[in-house]
Amino acid sequence: MSANTKEQILDFVRARYPQAEIDETQDIFALGFVNSLFAMELVMFIEKTFEVTIPNDELKIDNFRSANTMAELVDRLSPARV
Amino acid sequence: MSAISQQDNQRNGEVMTVIGVVGAGVMGVGVAQNLAQTGHDVVLVDKDEEILAAARATIWRNARMSRLMGGPALDPDDVLSRITTAVGADAVAKADVVIENVTENWDVKRSVYETMDAVCGPDTIFVVNTSAIPITKVAAVTGRPDKVVGVHFMNPVPAKPACELIPGFHTTTETVERVRDLLSAMGKKAIDVKDACGFVSNRVLMLTVNEAAFLVHEGVASAESVDEVFRSCFGHPMGPLETADLIGVDTILYSVEVLYEHYADSKYRPCPLLKQMTDAGLHGRKSGRGFYTYDAK
Repeated sequence: MSANTKEQILDFVRARYPQAEIDETQDIFALGFVNSLFAMELVMFIEKTFEVTIPNDELKIDNFRSANTMAELVDRLSPARV
Repeated sequence: MSAISQQDNQRNGEVMTVIGVVGAGVMGVGVAQNLAQTGHDVVLVDKDEEILAAARATIWRNARMSRLMGGPALDPDDVLSRITTAVGADAVAKADVVIENVTENWDVKRSVYETMDAVCGPDTIFVVNTSAIPITKVAAVTGRPDKVVGVHFMNPVPAKPACELIPGFHTTTETVERVRDLLSAMGKKAIDVKDACGFVSNRVLMLTVNEAAFLVHEGVASAESVDEVFRSCFGHPMGPLETADLIGVDTILYSVEVLYEHYADSKYRPCPLLKQMTDAGLHGRKSGRGFYTYDAK
């Protein structure tokens, strides 16, 4: 898994929620203040930043719970990046 | 201009109801998507093709994200295939029901209703999607005040299970029940509220958002702190300023101005910060920046 991918995702999440301490394993939706609208922003951020298209069957909340799961998703969608 | 013929209006030998949706902003787009994903044929209109192209893109994207947002899994192409778009309010001439969602500005609303009343058949029901403007006032500019009823949809429309249903002074029970049935088919519970400017929701919510904006304006607290009080202390899922960004800061301002004008009561005075943000284009999520900054679309 690309460390850089994970870092870029973490930077994006931390920029939106500077008051929270977020690491790569943390379930951001369990923090209590991240709602599903942010999930939509994550999709747009990931598709734009990593130039991938997330197929409909991958658009489920479990793929966006942590920087780790998101980086895994990016790696699955762009194998050349690994 | 797209006139929907009776032939287009039939599917499997059964006459289907065509719903006109006027205004392709945040609310109109949500209403059109909700109708389409529950099997209705929709004619969505606005004043120019650029707005309609953006609306189609938004509906496709939101339908795609539906499951992620806690809604049903949808095929975005299927949802969009039920929606015809056209320029000008006269394009809803053949609709059985028209749901109007234009900006909360009386002059704009009045002009749209005059056009709709002139082009639609006498049996067409007009649904006023407003958060503040009295339904009786809207009905009075049409020749069919018995067939005008208010529905205050909540945003995002497809995700919200309920709405306010508001008859005007002359609205018949038949009209109210037909619209209640349509709302039920859209998956919505209708909560009956009488016709008073702002109804229940906005009499309370707009004052809360306006006062929250005053707190930021006066430097008493940051937007983050105001919202955190509501989330952490009151257990609300979102604070008032996040809500303002979701609704649209400009829409909040217009709603507060409508309340202020209608009741002539200084408790509804709009916060200057809302005016400045509206002028500066800081309209919330839809513009990428409001009380918070969002990823540019």
